[in-house]
Amino acid sequence: MQNLLTSTSMKRSVLIICCVLLIVAFILSVALGQTSIPFQLVYDAFFNYDASNSEHVIIRTSRFTRAVVATVVGASLAIAGALMRALTRNPLAAPDILGVNAGALFFIVCAITFFSMDSLIHYMWVAFLGAGIAGVLVFFLGSLGRDGLTPIKIVLAGAAISALFISFTQGLLVIDEQGIQSVLFWLAGSVSGRNLDMLLPVLPFIVLGGSFAFFMGRSINILQSGDDIAKGLGQRTILTKVVMGIIVILLAGGSVAVAGSIGFIGLIVPHMAMGLVGTDYRWIIPFSAVIGSTLLLLADIAARFVIMPLEMPIGVMTAFIGAPFFIYIARRGLARNA
Amino acid sequence: MHNYITVRTKSDKVSFQLSKKVAMMIILLCILLCGMMMLALSVGSDFISPVTVVKELFGYGTGEYLFTIQTLRLPRVLLAALVGMALAVSGLILQGIIRNPLAAPDIIGVTSGASVGALLFLAYATVSIHFLPLAAIIGAGVVSTIIYLLSWKKGVTPIRMVLIGIGISAFAKGIVTMLIVMGEEVRTSRAYIWLTGSLYGANMQDVYLLLPWVVFLSLFTFIIARVINVKELGDDIALGVGVKVQIFRLLFLLISVMLAGTAVAFVGGIAFVGLVAPHISRMMVGRSFAALIPISSMVGAIIVIFADIIGRTAFLPKDLPAGVFTAAIGAPFFIYLLFRTRNQ
Repeated sequence: MQNLLTSTSMKRSVLIICCVLLIVAFILSVALGQTSIPFQLVYDAFFNYDASNSEHVIIRTSRFTRAVVATVVGASLAIAGALMRALTRNPLAAPDILGVNAGALFFIVCAITFFSMDSLIHYMWVAFLGAGIAGVLVFFLGSLGRDGLTPIKIVLAGAAISALFISFTQGLLVIDEQGIQSVLFWLAGSVSGRNLDMLLPVLPFIVLGGSFAFFMGRSINILQSGDDIAKGLGQRTILTKVVMGIIVILLAGGSVAVAGSIGFIGLIVPHMAMGLVGTDYRWIIPFSAVIGSTLLLLADIAARFVIMPLEMPIGVMTAFIGAPFFIYIARRGLARNA
Repeated sequence: MHNYITVRTKSDKVSFQLSKKVAMMIILLCILLCGMMMLALSVGSDFISPVTVVKELFGYGTGEYLFTIQTLRLPRVLLAALVGMALAVSGLILQGIIRNPLAAPDIIGVTSGASVGALLFLAYATVSIHFLPLAAIIGAGVVSTIIYLLSWKKGVTPIRMVLIGIGISAFAKGIVTMLIVMGEEVRTSRAYIWLTGSLYGANMQDVYLLLPWVVFLSLFTFIIARVINVKELGDDIALGVGVKVQIFRLLFLLISVMLAGTAVAFVGGIAFVGLVAPHISRMMVGRSFAALIPISSMVGAIIVIFADIIGRTAFLPKDLPAGVFTAAIGAPFFIYLLFRTRNQ
């Protein structure tokens, strides 16, 4: 694959530029919205907080949290997508397409309905379980048959498993009479209406998974040269794959527990990262994390403005950006693997 | 050939052979369908014995259950049957022309297009509700055209079409969610219908609106059925025996889209019926298309009625969308198909 950045110093500087962009997007996300807030006030809200100033309160209680959630979720979905892509050698692999998000979602809704769980820590464990089950199921179904794991089979299996879990989820939500609002929240995903206390229990797991992913770049590179070669080079391939799988489950499951099912970030971002830095996963993973956060922040900002005064669910925004991209890849052909 | 009954018009425009086995199957399915309908009329929040149901239907009853049966349950059962037929025949045609066992209106995204059309109509149109099916058909048609064009790259391969369909339906579902969010409260309370597919709140008007479409389109498919038999052999052979391949492909696609579109207009995207029903029918009677049309339409009707019975009764007093249960049957079946075609 052609990539834009060839030398290490270029990659390093572009990564720094991306980080700057991320910070800009973060600040914009805090400042823009139904009530646009001047940057001076944003600054004051953090450093000279005044509880009687309504704009300060908006920033501290709603905007800031929202931006943090978008950053964390964007990064973890993007890393999960990159890992799944490496794991399945499939350009269409992403947690939502392969049914991992839908699995996590279904288990959360199950937990709410049948066991009346209401703390996010429980949601999180349940989401991990669901993501794991769905992931293993799809992986197993996709690798049935003589020619093993082909990209097409795994995408189809993922579509079927997603459809199954999503309709069960809808059924449960109807039983539970949670109201259409919560249905939409979980199905379309949202980064608003969450406070920091809800993010905190999940954060350690996401950070853990993310940092493991950062350090696995080299092993993933070796794995990309094929199982046999990787084994020949002394890698315990099964162990590597299992660890990758666990990271994916932590990241994708955690994101769903916090923000519902947000699609396509895990699909687009690794592609963008690969376009920039090529096939070296030591670079792909940090780039994915930064670009993923930026993209989700920007999508979230856009979602506030598209249908003013209403707000578009962010999952819808990412679907509008991501689906054409999916089609583009499907058209280009799956055979030309990265 | 004692096992066949040949039916042929003078000009040979319509001709098919009915094997005894197919005839037996049709009779069997008719009985099953009637039984299923009776069951659907009987069970519910209060059980009405089948004898009472028959009495009430033909006007000999006490009138005690007249409202429950005629206003609440009968339209629902009939609508379920019609929708099942429409989706099944639609899927059957798609599988025939795309020549892929995995094709179905919901999998390649036709139904999601219909949902968008219907929702746009409900949100913005000011004309009579009678045009709702038309809106859904247009939505389905536009989306299928887009899918077909996007899949075109020196010809259309089935797998590319399925993948592009997955992408397009994600996009269309985004639009559906957006429209629901933007819509008013009244509309959103029924929004899950468009997400999962439900027969909740069916009335006789829906049945009358849907009936002509389904009957006409199914009959028409039946008349031109032998073309599709030939087409299943592949474009080259079909061309060789004198079928105008491109025109008929378009025609069949059009019929399929119209069937799926009208069904979705009334009940939303009930998933997997269009996939499962034709497969079950093929297991029963083989590959003759003329025989498959009646068989799979009845199988489709039975599946949807059954799913709706479960949806109504399993979690009383809650009324679950039938789409949940068709997915519960359909998704494992889809996986089974993947498993069976794994070495191809």
